Formats: sequence, C-alpha cells, structure tokens
Amino acid sequence: MAALLESLEPLVTSLREDGYTVIGPVVADGAVVLAELESAAELPYGWGSEVAPGGYRLRRRRDRAAFAHQAGPQSWKSYLHPPRVPLWTVHRKDFTITEPEADEEPPRYAFLGVRPCDLRAIAVQDRVLGGVDGAYARRRAAAFLVAVDCTEPGPTCFCASAGGGTAAGDGADLVLTELVDGENVSYLAEPRSAAGRRRLASLPQRPATAAEMDRARGEVAAAAERMGRSLPATDLRTLLAERLDAGHWAQVAQRCLSCGNCTMVCPTCFCTTVEDTSDLTGEVAGRWLRWDSCFDLDFSYLHGGAVRRSARSRYRQWLTHKLGTWHDQFGESGCVGCGRCIVWCPVGIDLTEEVAALAKEEAGP
Amino acid sequence: MTNTLELLTAHPFLAGLPPGWVEHLAGQVRQVGYPAGFRIFREGEPAEHFWLIDSGRVAVDIHLPGRGDVLIETLPAGTVLGWSWLSPPYRWHFGAIAIELTHTVQFDAAGVTQLCDASPELGSELRRRFIAVLADRLQATRVRLLDLYAHPVVPA
Amino acid sequence: MNMVPQPYEVVARHEESPDTATLALLPVRQPIATPQPGQFSMVYAFGVGEVPISVSGRAGAMGILHTLRAVGAVTRALHAARPGDVLGLRGPFGAGWGVPAPEGSDLVVVAGGIGLAPLRPVIHHVLGVRGRYRAATVLIGARTPQDLLFTGEYDRWRAGGIDVRVTVDRAAAGWAGHVGVVTTLLDGVVADPARIAAFTCGPELMMRLTARALLERGVPGPAVQVSLERNMRCGVALCGHCQLGPVLVCRDGPVLAYDRAEPLLSVKEL
Repeated sequence: MAALLESLEPLVTSLREDGYTVIGPVVADGAVVLAELESAAELPYGWGSEVAPGGYRLRRRRDRAAFAHQAGPQSWKSYLHPPRVPLWTVHRKDFTITEPEADEEPPRYAFLGVRPCDLRAIAVQDRVLGGVDGAYARRRAAAFLVAVDCTEPGPTCFCASAGGGTAAGDGADLVLTELVDGENVSYLAEPRSAAGRRRLASLPQRPATAAEMDRARGEVAAAAERMGRSLPATDLRTLLAERLDAGHWAQVAQRCLSCGNCTMVCPTCFCTTVEDTSDLTGEVAGRWLRWDSCFDLDFSYLHGGAVRRSARSRYRQWLTHKLGTWHDQFGESGCVGCGRCIVWCPVGIDLTEEVAALAKEEAGP
Repeated sequence: MTNTLELLTAHPFLAGLPPGWVEHLAGQVRQVGYPAGFRIFREGEPAEHFWLIDSGRVAVDIHLPGRGDVLIETLPAGTVLGWSWLSPPYRWHFGAIAIELTHTVQFDAAGVTQLCDASPELGSELRRRFIAVLADRLQATRVRLLDLYAHPVVPA
Repeated sequence: MNMVPQPYEVVARHEESPDTATLALLPVRQPIATPQPGQFSMVYAFGVGEVPISVSGRAGAMGILHTLRAVGAVTRALHAARPGDVLGLRGPFGAGWGVPAPEGSDLVVVAGGIGLAPLRPVIHHVLGVRGRYRAATVLIGARTPQDLLFTGEYDRWRAGGIDVRVTVDRAAAGWAGHVGVVTTLLDGVVADPARIAAFTCGPELMMRLTARALLERGVPGPAVQVSLERNMRCGVALCGHCQLGPVLVCRDGPVLAYDRAEPLLSVKEL
C-alpha cells in the first residue's frame, strides 16, 4: 500500500531530527551535485539537464520536478567510499596504532534521491567492499536510502540493457515516485524495509489512489522504453575476454586522453591507493586510503615501469574490468548504465559504441 | 671401456639416428678422456674436431686481458661441444677446458665432412641437429643478455 | 583488522648478498596468522611505506622470515633494519604453493634470483616429509655467484635428500659451477612427466621459459605452479591494483597453475 506525500520537507526534518546527515541533489557550480540538505527546499525543483557525449548543461524545466534531471558528476560513493579516508596513525616509540573510526560514530547518512541505477551501483560496491572494508560496511549499515524511480532517462542512459531498469530494485529503505503536474509536485512513497516503514509512518500523508499508483507505474515503465543507448545483448564477459588483442583498442586509444574522468564519475569504480605520511618530527606516521584510477600511469607500476604503459592498455583495462572481468572477480557486471562516463568524457567516448565495435570485430569482416 | 657404438647410440645428440648412419659416424670417432683442468682447445686454433660429452663438464671460455680466462658457459654431459668446424674460418671462437674428469667421443671434422658430402641425407640431418643446438644456445644467451635478475632495472 | 599492521621486532638479520638481506621477525604484541608456503605479508617501514614481501621461512611457532632486496624507498628502509627495530606486518595474504603435493610425486623447484625466497618454504616442507616424495630437485639460477641466496643451506638440503643444482648467468673468478640459464639444468630431471609437481618463481620471463621447458618435456600445465607479481597496495582485494585480467593477484594468487596463468601472461600490458 503506497502513501502520497505532498511535500518532502517533513521527511527531511524527521531525518535531521534523528541525527541523520541528509544528502541530496542541489544546483551548484552549473550542475546538479550532491550536498548536505538542511531543507527540502534546496532540492533542484524545476531544474533539468541536457546530456550528450562530452557535454552537460543545466536547463530550466517548465515544471517543478526535482528529480527529472540526469545523473550529475558525483555519485553516492563520495559519501560511502570517500575520496580520502584516514586509516590509522602509529607512534614510533611503542608502535601504538590508533584507528580514527574505531572510537567515533560514523556519520549517519540519509540519501534522498537515489536513482535506480545508483541504487544498483551502491549494491555493486557493497559486493566489492562490504566484506573487506570494515569502515565502508559501517558507513553503509548506518545509511538510510530514499530511492526515486526514474521517469525521465536521458540520451546517454542505458540502465535497461545493463541489467537494471527505471524502477528501483533492492536496497532502498523508501522508494518515491515523483508525480509532476506543472507547478505541483507530489510523491508516491513505498517502504522497502522496516526502517523505511517506521520512517514513513511518522510522516503526514494520505493513501495513494489507484489512479496515482497506475500513473506512477506507467510513467516508470514508459521511461524504460526511452533509453538513449544500449549495450549489445550478448555475453560481454566472454566477448571481452576474447577481444583483448582486437585492433579496435588502438582506435579508442587515439581518442582517449587517459584523464580518468570516467573513473571519477563512475558510481562503481572503487580503486584506491594507500598513502603513508609522517609528521615533521618523524615520531608519528599515518596511513590514508585515497581514490585512485587505473588510468594513472603509476597504477600498475612494477619493477621500474608501468605494466600498462600505453593509453590503449589502460582504456582496455577499464572497459574489460567494468563489463568483463568484474564478473570473474565479483560475480556480476560492474556497469549500471548510468551514462556518466559518456557525459563526462572530454572527448565523448561512448562505451556502448566501443563495445558494439568490439562485438562487430569479433564477427569478422 | 664402453663400446663406442653404445656411447654414440646413447647420446641425446644422435638419438633416433638410423643405426647405419651411426656406424658410418663411428668410423670417424675415438673416445677421449680429459682430466680436470685440461685445455681441450684454445680460441683461434683450427677447429678440426667436435665432441659428444658423455660424462663430466666442459667450460666454454675466452681470454680477456686483465681478466684472464672468463667462463662463458658450462656444458654438461649429454651435450655437444664445438660447431666452428661447420663454417669458415673453421677456427675456434672461444676456448674449452675440462672442469672435471670428462669423458667424450671425439669426431674428426674432416672425416665427418667427407661423409656428409658422400651422403647428403646424413649431412642434412647432422646440420639440422646442429642448428637446433645453436638455436637453443642462442635463445638462452639472449635471455642472459636481458639480465633479468639485475637491479636497478634500466627502463626500456 | 587486516588494514592495521602488527608490530614485529627484527631479532636477527642475515646478509644474503650485497643488496639482499633476510630479517627474522617476532611479534611484539599479537602475531599474525601462521603463513603458508607461498603467502606474503605487507611489510611496513615506519613512516616510509609498505610493500608485499613473500614469506621466506618460519622460525619457531611465531617467527617469520622475510628475505628482501633493496630496490626502492621502502625496501631500502627495510633492508637497513637492524635487530631491535620494529616493522609492521599485515597478512598473511594470498593463495600459496600447492603443498603437500601428491604422494610419490617428483618435486621440481626452479628458482631465479630472489625467486628462491618464496620457494624456500617449499624446500623446508620437503625436508620435513622427504619420504612422501620420490625425487626432489631444486634448480637455482642467479646473476653471479655472489647473488646466490641461502648458500649456507645448500649442503643441509642435499643432506636431506634433495638434488640441488646451481647455475649463474655470469661467472666470477673461482666459480667452478655451472654457467648458463637455469633451464639448462633441467636435463635429466623429468624422468616421468606424469609424476612431476613443479614450482617456479623468478622474473616473469624466466618463469614462462621454465614452464615452457617443462611442458616440452611432457609435464602437464596444471602440474606447474608459478608465483605472479603485480603492483599491490592493500593486499586484501580492496584497492584494485593487482589485477591481471580476471585474477586478483593478492587474493587468487600469487601462486597460479601455469595453465591458468599462461593465457594471461601472454597478453601484452594486460
């Protein structure tokens, strides 16, 4: 049974009063980015986006939809898997080690506006990091996720062919569907967990009508048909494993700047490095966990040089990992079809096109 | 003293050669033993023999001023010593010295060359086997050139 | 817990060669779990950094031996460690050598350079259960005679029933042993290819040539094990650095059967 919320303000207030740091989309610096919300009014009502390979622009909408924009350059990994995390400090004298997070309470995040693609991305990272990164597991366990179904995919979206879809899957506490009527915006809300049920029960609401529920379902289903792109419906794991020496990689390499933007904006990219530091006295040392990118030349350094020296080999590593060997390592695809890599690539490389080209090359002339 | 024919047949270099050919070759050989430290040949000398090493060990070396005799490679039992008789200038490029008591079957190069001229098939087969030995040694030498164990690594 | 190093004190240091030393380490507080042959620790030099180093032996119930070569900032700091210094260990990590091998196997260990260090635990294992195996051969290759590791132990290994053969790439004055690549020592080692259990470690090309030489003598690919190396930062399958195609070297390796490793090693820049 779904509820209808006329406003999200009570939800935000309720979460903040319980000590949650509410994170959601806001308009800043010419894009829709994630930031802490003190009020639901900060959501990007009336803002949409124009996305294309290598291009992103905000645009004003004719209605007041808050969640009809496409994915911005950030993803929720900035909070669950932060770019720089202190791991521990150690004292030279007696080698006592202090872990910062062990004593402190992790911040309790409430994510407001998690798209189905991003919800799947969080689940993908859970699979990679949940069992080996205790700090990640703690942050994740403390998080409250409010998903929003997708009703307006963009030309760079391809979640449907990446194993997902426009309706939120598992992992959310609450799922909202935005019903937009010009200036009027309301939200169908369904709980998906005990915590979600409790939270929803505390909010002012009325039961959703059958018509509202039908409309919501219909819009979400229709959105699934409006994907801008798609991945070929083939076994990508096998395809990519067999195309490691394909001529096409050289083609991509001519365009790829190995800038690593794709790895920064991708919601599932998780690679990190460790940084060892020392204070000026040399008595206290520390270690940090820091985001890293397989496009970095240093990433594969071994015996005096990088194993993957060419841009060709580094692009190949990223693509074959994301869509191919991720299956071998973690039992599923690493790509959720959000399209961010296409939008934020400065030269507009489209991995759906690259995969299609590789598939075609295998088929022969 | 082991029968020469038996030694020849047992040696890996001639493995699989038709018995008739082995008998022909046996006419050009004699068994020679070298005590430890015996110099088998010096670089620059005419290359008039080659040897199948039956037991012991031979060092291939070269003399460098200031460094003396430098050991290049060791050849154990079961290998062939000497290929400079195959092509001009028919002189040894390196030296050879027995490291320990070494028992060999020594071939007369001129006699074997005549045999090969008279029997082209035997000649072709012998040359094929020598090429395989040289190819193997060249590959191994190239790998040593890479100096894989060295540090610091010189970036390519 | 696996992100936090345990303090280990250097209780002994043995210089194996001009740039390589073996450190004997004992836990100051908590020990790490007992390492199996072929596993590695992430070894931390205070304030400098951390590197993956294979375990080269054990000492008593809790002592761990690491043999390391000074090739960079961290290993230079570790190489210079003296008894009394405290290092950090995380681990043990990785899939190790497949020992015990099947009873009655002919064991062949082929080591190149520093690759003898991760293989020494296999040799110790063989010495402990010598009767389990038929033949046991150890082939050791190094750059020069002074780069040979653990030379003081070869006679003990021989006394324990292991055929130890040594070669160098280039001889020094007074060297009376073999000179040539380590694969030249293989002649006569493979009597029955079906019985061979082979373990090789060293530079990647050397391992591939060794494996190839064994396969040419009829040894099946799965019976040859190699120890791979890739850039490692975390050791716990978290950072993504050590990938070799589908394999995470810190978790699925470093030891891999050659039939699994060969197609990965043959792709340039994988």
